[in-house]
Amino acid sequence: MTTLTPQVRDRSVVQSPKMGFRDLLDEMVSGLLGRPGRLVLTALGTVLGITALVSTLGLAKTAGNQIVSRFDELAETRIVVSPSENGFGGNDSTSSIPWNAETRLARLNGVVAAGTKSDVDVSGALSRSVPVVDPLGINEHQISVIATSGGLLDAVRGSIRTGRYFDNGHSDRADPVVVLGPAAAQRLNIFRLDTQPAIFIGEQSFTVLGIIDDVAREPDLLNAIVMPDGTAREFFALSAPAEVHIDANVGATALLANESMTVSESGAAANMVQIALTPDDPESLRTQASQGYTAVRQDVEGDVNALFVVLGAVSLLVGGLGIANVTLVSVLERTPEIGLRRALGAARRHIAAQFLLESTVTGLLGGIIGASMGVLTIVAVSASRDWTPVLEGYLPFAAVGLGAVIGLIAGTYPALRAAQTEPITALRSS
Amino acid sequence: MSVDLEPAMPARGPSGPAVIELQEVGRTFPGPPAVDAFKPSNLTINQGEYVSIIGPSGSGKSTLLHLLGLLDRPTTGTYLLDGIDTGSLGDNARAGMRGSRIGFVFQSFHLLHHRSVLENVELAQVYNRMPRKERRQRAVNALERVGLSHRLSFTPRTLSGGERQRVAVARALVTEPSLLLADEPTGNLDTEMSGEIMEVFDGLHSAGMTLAVITHDLDVSHRAERQVSIVDGTLHES
Repeated sequence: MTTLTPQVRDRSVVQSPKMGFRDLLDEMVSGLLGRPGRLVLTALGTVLGITALVSTLGLAKTAGNQIVSRFDELAETRIVVSPSENGFGGNDSTSSIPWNAETRLARLNGVVAAGTKSDVDVSGALSRSVPVVDPLGINEHQISVIATSGGLLDAVRGSIRTGRYFDNGHSDRADPVVVLGPAAAQRLNIFRLDTQPAIFIGEQSFTVLGIIDDVAREPDLLNAIVMPDGTAREFFALSAPAEVHIDANVGATALLANESMTVSESGAAANMVQIALTPDDPESLRTQASQGYTAVRQDVEGDVNALFVVLGAVSLLVGGLGIANVTLVSVLERTPEIGLRRALGAARRHIAAQFLLESTVTGLLGGIIGASMGVLTIVAVSASRDWTPVLEGYLPFAAVGLGAVIGLIAGTYPALRAAQTEPITALRSS
Repeated sequence: MSVDLEPAMPARGPSGPAVIELQEVGRTFPGPPAVDAFKPSNLTINQGEYVSIIGPSGSGKSTLLHLLGLLDRPTTGTYLLDGIDTGSLGDNARAGMRGSRIGFVFQSFHLLHHRSVLENVELAQVYNRMPRKERRQRAVNALERVGLSHRLSFTPRTLSGGERQRVAVARALVTEPSLLLADEPTGNLDTEMSGEIMEVFDGLHSAGMTLAVITHDLDVSHRAERQVSIVDGTLHES
């Protein structure tokens, strides 16, 4: 046997134990890989939690996007202007909408079509399509009368079945012409225009110019007699338009109807539509536009998220408790090993560091696997539904970090417990 | 009560400096009822000595082992290891002393089952920041000394009991400690394997290592050049 070479060191100096970080990593890796089955089971809780969290957040985003892209484009491009309670005209029953609203709005960028629309008070006059007054009143109907400007049909995305819609020329001349909604036309028994039919409202006759086929908005037009503004003013003393309907470009509604965009001369916040229509008193008008895409998307995401994030958080909590539990069991089971390491010169902090690192890395692994599975879930679900998968770029990375943090927190108590183990107890327990 | 072994000491063994000096060291476990596990005693072990401490179970052997191994603190007296008063040392310093000056051999080997033989031996040097290359070389050398250079990459499970204990001895040697402290090193081994271990110890002794072997086995005890017996927490030089 070879002779002992005495170790060169000063025997009178007490050295504190030291451990290199690489050694710590080595011990951690060996500690984890030495029990692969346990590692898998420990990480499983975090894997499930992170998977749930990532996939729910991702699917919420994906679904939100999906719902929005299916969202009715019709509502998205619609603006309605009506008189408000504010403004100088306050309690005045007359609307401040000008007769030439259509022309004023046409100048604005983003406006596709605009038109005024008002209910006409015919003082209870009945409508009929025959000149003779039937004492039995069989052919007379109570049909609502609506006055519009020439551009309204386009603004409500309507189409004409036969004939034509009146234009602003008819209005200016106050021609006694009307266009019938299809339901109104049926009630009045008018189906063709080649006979140049006329209808009577009260005693006044009106030539029927056309019959509406359908409208995308304002369905009350379908069951109404529609006449030019000027005609209504002339025959039924219409004082001012009641509403303006605008069909805007996609995305232009916010620009046109959002009050923060422009400031009126008086200094009050006003939007472009208000200023175009009533520059002297923008606040006398109220504009209504549907929410923008972003708002709807956020709403949908918010709803879905609130539900599922709770679910994900609960599974994460369970995952964290799982790590804490298994690590604690592991610490108890590895008590002899702890004793040995202490006998071999490990300080308490080395023991704590090793167990803490093991649980953190377990959480980290769980986070990596969970984030991957979460992303896969999103892609799989999207593929099966023909959706476009949408995911915040930072989410998978944040999820991995979250896994590590959970591991760290979960490992704290077991690690401290391990560090407190007295070497004697630890060695004895074998 | 104290047993004074001092007069017998200086004449013993090779006349190296004292590695271990117990001065009126005692250990009482607070009760109730309080137990005097190890009664205040004196014991000196000099460098190069091969000492066996024999006693039946419950005699205080383990308590003495824990005191000598810095795994426990005495309630009375002074314990000098390499001339350093261990009573004044904090937890960290004691851990450092264990890591560099004491090599432990346990009855149940205490090997890490999922690590190779070589890694098990290297583990003893992890906590004193030995450079990796040197660490490996020393571990290989230590395993060579216990005759296991052909088992470096084996895991402990695949080894016989005697081989396992030799791995543990190599691990205790690798830091070149001041004292090799063995606790019933043959307790889990049959006669033949015990023989293997005792031969290893003989070899270490002749190479100048200081050994303290705690046992209840007379055969093991008689291999040592000096026997100390412990009965009811009291030391007797025999």
